[in-house]
Amino acid sequence: MKKYDVLIIGGGPAGLASALSLKEKGIDSILILERDERLGGILNQCIHNGFGLHTFKEELTGPEYAQRYIDKVIESEIEYKLNSMVIDINKDKQVTYVSKDEGLNIIEAKAIILAMGCRERPRGALNIPGFRPAGIYSAGTAQKLINIDGYLPGKEVVILGSGDIGLIMARRMTLEGAHVNCVAELMPYSGGLKRNIVQCLNDFDIPLLLSHTVIDIKGKDRLEGVVIGEVDEKRQVIKGTEKEYKCDTLLLSVGLLPENELSKKASVKLSNITSGPIVKDNLETSIPGIFACGNVLHVHDLVDYVSSEAKLAGEYAAEYLLHNRESSSLIEIKTEGGIRYTVPQMLDINNMSDRIVVRFRVANVYKNKRIVLKVNDKEISSLKKKVLAPGEMEQIFINKKDLVDADKIVLSLRDGE
Amino acid sequence: MENIEMICIGCPMGCNLTVTVAEDIKVSGNTCPNGEKYARNEVTNPVRVVTSSIEVIDGELNRVSCKSKEAINKHKIFEVMEVIKKTAVKAPVKIGDVLIENVAGTGVGIVSTKNVNKI
Amino acid sequence: MMYDVIIIGGGVTGCAILNELSKYQLKTLLLEKEEDVCSGTSKANSAIIHAGFDAKNGTLKAKLNVRGAELIKQLSEDLHFSYLNNGSMVLCFDEEQIDGLKELYERGVNNGVKDLEIIDGDRARELEPHLSKDVVAALYAPTAAIVCPFDMTIAFAENAILNGSEIKLNTEVKTIERVDDYYLINNEYQSKCIVNAAGLYGDKIHNLLFNDDLKLTPRKGDYCLFDKEIGNLVSHTLFQLPTALGKGVLVTPTVHGNLLVGPSATDIEDKEFTATTKEDLNMIIQKGKLSVDNIPMNKVITSFSGLRSRPQNKDFIIRSLDNNYYEAIGIESPGLSSAPAIAEMISEMIVNDLKPSRNDNYANKREDFKRLADMDINERAKLIRENPLYGNIICRCEEISEGEIVDVINRPLRATSLDAIKRRVRAGMGRCQGGFCMPKVMEILARELNVDILEINKNNSKSKLLERRLYEKV
Repeated sequence: MKKYDVLIIGGGPAGLASALSLKEKGIDSILILERDERLGGILNQCIHNGFGLHTFKEELTGPEYAQRYIDKVIESEIEYKLNSMVIDINKDKQVTYVSKDEGLNIIEAKAIILAMGCRERPRGALNIPGFRPAGIYSAGTAQKLINIDGYLPGKEVVILGSGDIGLIMARRMTLEGAHVNCVAELMPYSGGLKRNIVQCLNDFDIPLLLSHTVIDIKGKDRLEGVVIGEVDEKRQVIKGTEKEYKCDTLLLSVGLLPENELSKKASVKLSNITSGPIVKDNLETSIPGIFACGNVLHVHDLVDYVSSEAKLAGEYAAEYLLHNRESSSLIEIKTEGGIRYTVPQMLDINNMSDRIVVRFRVANVYKNKRIVLKVNDKEISSLKKKVLAPGEMEQIFINKKDLVDADKIVLSLRDGE
Repeated sequence: MENIEMICIGCPMGCNLTVTVAEDIKVSGNTCPNGEKYARNEVTNPVRVVTSSIEVIDGELNRVSCKSKEAINKHKIFEVMEVIKKTAVKAPVKIGDVLIENVAGTGVGIVSTKNVNKI
Repeated sequence: MMYDVIIIGGGVTGCAILNELSKYQLKTLLLEKEEDVCSGTSKANSAIIHAGFDAKNGTLKAKLNVRGAELIKQLSEDLHFSYLNNGSMVLCFDEEQIDGLKELYERGVNNGVKDLEIIDGDRARELEPHLSKDVVAALYAPTAAIVCPFDMTIAFAENAILNGSEIKLNTEVKTIERVDDYYLINNEYQSKCIVNAAGLYGDKIHNLLFNDDLKLTPRKGDYCLFDKEIGNLVSHTLFQLPTALGKGVLVTPTVHGNLLVGPSATDIEDKEFTATTKEDLNMIIQKGKLSVDNIPMNKVITSFSGLRSRPQNKDFIIRSLDNNYYEAIGIESPGLSSAPAIAEMISEMIVNDLKPSRNDNYANKREDFKRLADMDINERAKLIRENPLYGNIICRCEEISEGEIVDVINRPLRATSLDAIKRRVRAGMGRCQGGFCMPKVMEILARELNVDILEINKNNSKSKLLERRLYEKV
C-alpha cells in the first residue's frame, strides 16, 4: 500500500491552498486527489470576475484565480492525480480511489485534509409540486453547460433563489441571448452579494421578486411555465398573488450543501447546522489527523476566505505531523441571539494558537448590532456591525490569553451601542 | 442639483453611495477611493467588465473563458458579445493572451482567462 | 411482415407477457409509445410485492397477486432484478379497529397468503423500532417484498429480446383495422393476435375495436422519496389500516435503500397529469408521520406522481374477446405483484388458441447490469482493469461509472434518454438529482448513439434538454 504524509481530497481552491501551505511548512509527501479532469474545482466554470480582491488585491475571474494556485502547485512539484474519485475513507486513514488510468487503489496517509467542496440543493429538497419536465436545472449545472460545454439550455428563463450563482447566471444567460423573466426569492432579502444584484439584475432590468416562490411547475415534457406566488412572514403563499410565467427553463439557486458523504464513511462527526464536520481550533475533525477546510466544512461566500482557511488547515496538518498535540479537554463555542454557528465549534485551550479566527453566520438580517464574545459570562470583546445578513460570512478573532480558566465561551449578538 | 443613490460594485462590501450631481460631482458613502471612481463613472460613463467564453479550435477544451481587459461602456455590452460570439481562436491559448483586439471599437481587448492546451 | 402476436404497451404487464410468450415459437412484437419501456404506471408506484391479503376473495386481483408474488421471487434470481423480501405490516392505531385487521387476516388466509400473523404494538415495535407508539396492533405479512419496478420491467423486456422477441419504441398505436384474418396496426404492422396491455390507454385501444365504450379512470398518487441517509429508518413496508378518515399511506424502504412515503389517491380525468400537488404532498407527509416518528422532512430528495388505471368494476380486466384479441387492462394495484401471473394467464389463452410449439432455445439469458456499488473491492478492481471506463465515476452520489452507463446504452434494449439511463443505473437519482452528472451523461449518450448532443432528451422526443449551441461553429 502506498503511503503519504498527507492526502488531500479535492483539487479545488481549498485543496490547492492547503497543499501549498503544507509544502511551505516542509511537508513533502503530499498527494492531491481530484475527481475532475482539471485542477481548480468549480472555479473553472465561474468565468465571471470578482475573485481575489482579498488574496491578490485585484479582481480576477474564477479560472485565473485557480490558475495562480495551480501554477504554484506545479512549481512546488506537489503530486496530484486527476480523474481520481475517492470512494472510501476509513478511520485508519486508508483512502480508496478509482480512476480510469490506475484502476482501484488504496493509499494510507498520516493525515487527511477533506476539501471536497459542496453541491447544490436540488428541486426535491424544496418539494415544489408540479410536473417533472426537462428544463429544470440547478444554476451550477446550467453554468457548466454554458461556460464549459458551450450549450444554451433554454431561451425563456425563470430563476428561483437569489444566491450569487443564480444572479450570475441571470446575467450570463441574458448575454447569450436568453430572456430572463425574473428572479424569485423566498426570503424578504437576497442571499447574494449586493454588487451582483446591481450588475447582474439591475443592469439588464431583470426584476428581483423578494418574498416570492415557485408554487407549481407546468409542462409534462419540456417546461412550459411556472406559477410564482408571494409569501407572508411565515413563508406561506398569499392567496390571489399567484401568477404564471411562461418559460422553458427554471434555474434553481436555492443553496449549497457541504458534500460530506466521504466524511461520514470515515465516521467524522458532522454539524446539523453547517452540514460540515465539527472542528477544533486547528480545523481538525472528530477523527485525529483528519482536517477539513473550504466549502466541505461550511459554505463560504468568497473564495478568498476558502483559500485563507485552507492555508490554515495545511499549517495545522503540518503541525500535527511534526509535533503531536497532547490531547486535552475541549470547550465548545456556544452561540446565542441570532448567531447560527461558528467554525471552529470547539477550542482546545491548552494547545490552541495564540490567536485564531472564528467564522460564523447569522440567522437573519440585523441592523446595528454588536458581536459579543463572553468568557465565563464576562464580556471579552465586542465588534459593532451596521448590517449583518445570513448571506455573508462574518469573522472575529479570539486570543488565547483571554481564555485562561475558561469553562464557558459564548458568541452572541446584542443591540448596537 | 440631483441626488442619485447607488450601490458600489467595486467589491463584495457593496457600499451605499450617494452621488450629488451639480456643477461638479460629489460622492458620499464610499469607504475607499474605488467607490468614488465607480460613482463618478456611473453618472458619466458607466462601465463594466464583460466576461464570456470563446470557441477554441484544436484545444483540450471546446471553449476558453475570456474577459475585457478593462471595463467597457455598459451600453456596448451586447455589441461586444456579438463580436465574441463570432470569434474562434486556435489552441494553445494562455491566460492574458489577447483574443480580440479593440473589441467593437471600444479600444479594449478581449483576453483569455484560462490556459487551453493544444491536443 | 406478419407477426403472430403484437403486444401494445411496454409496461410491466406487457413486458412480462412478451417474456412469457418468448417461451413459444411465436413471432412477437411489442409496441411502446414512449422512448423506453416502463414509462407509464409501471415507473411511478410503491414498488411493492404485496403479500395478497388486500383483494377480495375470488377476484382476479386476489388470485393473481398471490400467484405473482410467488413467481417474482424466483424470477428475480433468474432474470436478475432487485428484490428484497422485507415483510409488511398493516398498522392499527385504535383498539376498536382491530376487527379490521382480523378481517384482512381472514381474507389473506382465504386468498392463500402464508404466515400471516396479528401482532401487538410492542411486538411490532420490536420488529420496527421507529414505529409510532400509537400503534396498538399490526397484521404482519412476512412474505411481502419490495422490488425495483424499472429493473423488473427491463429484465422481462431484455430477456424476451434475447429469446427472439422484438420491441419497437416511440411507436404509438393510432389505428387498428381488421383485415381478412389479421390486424393491421398504424397501416404498418400486421398481426394474427393483439394483446392490449396499454395501461392507462387500455380503454382507448379497446375502443378502437369495440363499441362498448370501456372507461378506465386515472387515479393519481403522489410520493416523496427520501435520501438514502435515512433509508434504514424502517425495514418493513408499513401500511395503515384504512379508517373512516380514508385510506392510509405507506412508509417503506426501497430496494436501493431510500425511504418512500405515499401515495395519495385522487381520481382525475387527464391521463397525462403526472404533476404532484401541494395538497397531496402535504397529506402524505402528515399521514406518514402517523406510522413513523421523526420522518425528517429536510431529507426529501424528490417527489413524483404516478397514475394508476382504475377499472369501473374494480377488478383487473383480463380476457380474450373475438378474433384473437386479448387484453390485460385496468391493472392498478396489485398490478406489479401480479404481472408474471397475468402474463401466464394471457399466455395460456394465446397458446390455447394458436397452439404454438415450445421454443426449445428459451432460457434465462438476461444478465444483470454491472453494478459497481454492489461489488467488493477485488471484483471492482478486476472490472476496472478489464475496462478502464468502470474507473471513471460519472454520478458521484450513486457512484455510477462511465462503464455502467455505456453498458446500458449498448444492451439488447438500448437506453437512449437521460431518464432511461437513470432508471437502469441510477445515475442522477441520488441526492444531487443529476446536478453534476447530467451534462456528462448527455455527452456519453451522444457519443455512444452517434447523434448530436442537442438530440439527447430527458425522456421522449418532446422533452429536449438543450436549446442550441451558444453559436454555430465558426
